[in-house]
Amino acid sequence: MMAWIAELLIAGLLVVGAFFLLVGSFGLAKLPDMMRRLHAPTKATTLGIGALLIASMLYFVSVRGLLSFHELLITLFLFITAPVTAHLVAKAYLLRHPELRKDLPDVQASGGWATLGKSPQDTQRHEA
Amino acid sequence: MGTRFLPQPILTLVIAGVWMALANDISLGNAVLGLILGLVIPLLTQAYWPDRPRFKNPWRIIDFTLVVLWDIVMSNIQVAQLVLFRRGDSLRSQFVRVPLELTNAEAITILAGTITMTPGTISADLSADGTSILVHCLETDDPEGTVNAIKERYERRLMEIFA
Repeated sequence: MMAWIAELLIAGLLVVGAFFLLVGSFGLAKLPDMMRRLHAPTKATTLGIGALLIASMLYFVSVRGLLSFHELLITLFLFITAPVTAHLVAKAYLLRHPELRKDLPDVQASGGWATLGKSPQDTQRHEA
Repeated sequence: MGTRFLPQPILTLVIAGVWMALANDISLGNAVLGLILGLVIPLLTQAYWPDRPRFKNPWRIIDFTLVVLWDIVMSNIQVAQLVLFRRGDSLRSQFVRVPLELTNAEAITILAGTITMTPGTISADLSADGTSILVHCLETDDPEGTVNAIKERYERRLMEIFA
């Protein structure tokens, strides 16, 4: 009975994970411009991968009787790398598309946005 | 916090935990090996990391993590709905500026990462002097509300964690 419930739970988590991964990839293809496209893979995939990893931990604990927790590490690395990747893609996009700059809110600081404006360090380096 | 031979006690514990997770095995041998790595690595790297983050109240990390995990689940469902049921052109996307009160580089990094992982927002850039963060919203009709939500929910909690 227990094994049956565990199997049901694992199967459910696998389906949920696969669904969110599919939505993430679908959004990447469907949304019209780069900045909107970034939203789908950075978010929908975290829950998708998360559900798959929980399913994996449940499987090893309940079916194989082994304690497995390096899945937590995969989650941790994903949470560190996904925002950094998105941030760098966004920065590269802002740099390569000057027509976007009129949509940006006023930075209200000296030096402008880090990607576009000259930072004080840059100026100093040129003067030196 | 920290002495000459144990400059970052929390990092030491994190390294030991990550080592045991990598080995996927909780045993005395791995715990000792992890602790040795946790003692040696901070000593070898401390020259490259002079301004270590100082914690004011590290236990609030638990509270922060739970809030963020909950928001990630909600954000996934919300973004999935927008992707599936809305025409891409009809999404009211825009850039907003979030002024920062945080000054600690590590805290700002965590805030930027959190913004990317949570509902309908992506951190796209920082201002050159590090006083504001550029955020792209997927769907919003209330940019100020979004900014206030980010400041209330995440920045306030991070300010309690970091000194």
